[in-house]
Amino acid sequence: MTPPVVEMSGIGRVYPGPPRVEAVRDVDLTIAPGEYLSIIGPSGSGKSTLLHLLGLLDRPSHGIYLLDGVDVGTLPERRRTRVRGERIGFVFQAFHLLPHRSVLENVELAMVYLRVPRKERTARATATLERVGLGHRLDFDPITLSGGERQRVAIARALVAQPSLLLADEPTGNLDSGNAASVLDLFDELHADGLTLAVITHDDGVSARAQRRVRIVDGVMSDVAAAGVVA
Amino acid sequence: MRRLSGRVRLPRFRRRRAGGRQRLTRRGRRMTLRDLFSEALAGVAARPSRLALTTLGTVLGIAALVATIGLGQTAAGQISDRFDAVAATRVTVEPGETDGPDGEVALTQLPWDAPQRLERLAGVASAGTFATVDVGGDPVRGVPYGTQEQTVPVAAASPGLFDALGARLSGGRVFDEGHDERGDAVVVLGRYAADRLGINRVDSQPSIFIGDRAFTVIGILDAVDYRSELQDSVIMPMTTARELYGLEAPEVLEVRTELGAAQLIGRQAPIAVDPNNPDLLDVTAPPPPGSLRDNVSADVNGLFLALGGLALLVGGLGIANVTLLSVLERVSEIGLRRAVGAGRSHVAGQFLVESGIVGFLGGLIGSTVGVLATVGVSVVRDWTPLLDIRLALVAPLLGGAIGLVAGAYPAWRASAVEPITALRSG
Repeated sequence: MTPPVVEMSGIGRVYPGPPRVEAVRDVDLTIAPGEYLSIIGPSGSGKSTLLHLLGLLDRPSHGIYLLDGVDVGTLPERRRTRVRGERIGFVFQAFHLLPHRSVLENVELAMVYLRVPRKERTARATATLERVGLGHRLDFDPITLSGGERQRVAIARALVAQPSLLLADEPTGNLDSGNAASVLDLFDELHADGLTLAVITHDDGVSARAQRRVRIVDGVMSDVAAAGVVA
Repeated sequence: MRRLSGRVRLPRFRRRRAGGRQRLTRRGRRMTLRDLFSEALAGVAARPSRLALTTLGTVLGIAALVATIGLGQTAAGQISDRFDAVAATRVTVEPGETDGPDGEVALTQLPWDAPQRLERLAGVASAGTFATVDVGGDPVRGVPYGTQEQTVPVAAASPGLFDALGARLSGGRVFDEGHDERGDAVVVLGRYAADRLGINRVDSQPSIFIGDRAFTVIGILDAVDYRSELQDSVIMPMTTARELYGLEAPEVLEVRTELGAAQLIGRQAPIAVDPNNPDLLDVTAPPPPGSLRDNVSADVNGLFLALGGLALLVGGLGIANVTLLSVLERVSEIGLRRAVGAGRSHVAGQFLVESGIVGFLGGLIGSTVGVLATVGVSVVRDWTPLLDIRLALVAPLLGGAIGLVAGAYPAWRASAVEPITALRSG
């Protein structure tokens, strides 16, 4: 039996402060392979903290986090970094593409630290960029691309290392509605291909595209359907 | 342990995933050195104008250092050219005088066989003695009975003197040991003496007369390196002068040494000549060439080396400053790299290598500028440019080392950047 991609139980994160802030409280979250989850919440609700915990960018104060069935809470920092690079693909609101580096190089960057041979890097980056519909932009400088194209490059970069989980943080926050829609369409396609996605957003329209929705308010998570609240 | 099967969710990547995927427990460095360098190079090359400004300090510092050392070496070369090989091999020994214990003045004389004593020493190329001869007012004439009386100085020499002074002949030969032993009445004429006596060739075996004595002219000097008074003189063998004119002792011993042996011979010569009273002899030997060069170039170099070092310090601070700025500016890039699997050491390594590259480039350009400056100044001053080639090769490495040192603090700062803060939309 395949373990869930994410299995969080009793996860909490306390910033000792002062003032002491309990950003995330007692979260139980399971993401099954191939699931498309959205985490919705207003700003300051703790969803960024949850994103960092999910993405191994931060350590929980308590609770157990199994990623692909492995307890990553106890791993030393170097190993966590490695696991992060291999198993989690990040998509950010601000894209975070390197200027003056070609689209292809930006995507290849995700494999540089994973010791993928150079030739294979280029082949995989090219294939992934074709997959997100940017096969004709390989040699472009990202700053010459539209916002939607930039986010596609970022998605290709997140996908190219074949992560277990794609973590998207307000992926449409900097996009107009047309580009936002095309990015969300791409997410749907990737989901259909079997990718596990977690999209963190404050936008109900974005979260509505997901298969399952959870809400986080004041650090406490609740299932949207169970709560019966749809704004 | 995790299972690989069933983890495949993207069918189109299935084949690659099975082979290329790494396991959670895999150890060891994951980034090759080549990747580190190409990432660092790309980071440096992304901002060419800033790169140019950043390297400027190192360029100036390295250029100043290379030019200073280069010009120092060049100048030292010119100075030692003046004290050329001939000067560096000349040792003279003269009898001196010292005050004896009872207030009397102790005198010493050069022995007749001083040249033979010297020639036994290793490092002596040739040695010969010289003395002026008092002919008692006898006139020197080119023909037996003429009206043209000349006051031409008369000198005596041992056969080795000519070689020791580097004498060249315009005709004939110099006298040898045989002439000297037999006390033959032969002479060699200095160039000007020959002119005044009206003798310009020796193949007709001309004679000159000192008083009533006839001497056969066997050679005429063309040039000598030292003791140019020989050019005005009539020169006869030592024994001849001793027998005919009562010469008491040689006045001076001229020694030509092998290159580099002059200082040694200068110390040994008095003992060889007069083992009982070596202190009574005055020896003149050239100063060691090393000390000569060192004195001159030390003056020249000190100030400029200090200036070059200062420029390098400023250059290093410049690199540190700009790299630090670049770290702050590229916080989101650092965060991204951390997110895609770069460890702190990778991030630190990248910035360290970047500043090392900047320093190396600065050193490379500075080294070039320094060499060109050395050549340029040499051309203007009509010098032969001298530069240790190792300097030109080491200078860029020095620049790189400065870059690495300058990058240490910024690299540490970069490695301390928390990916969370770095990635918060910006």
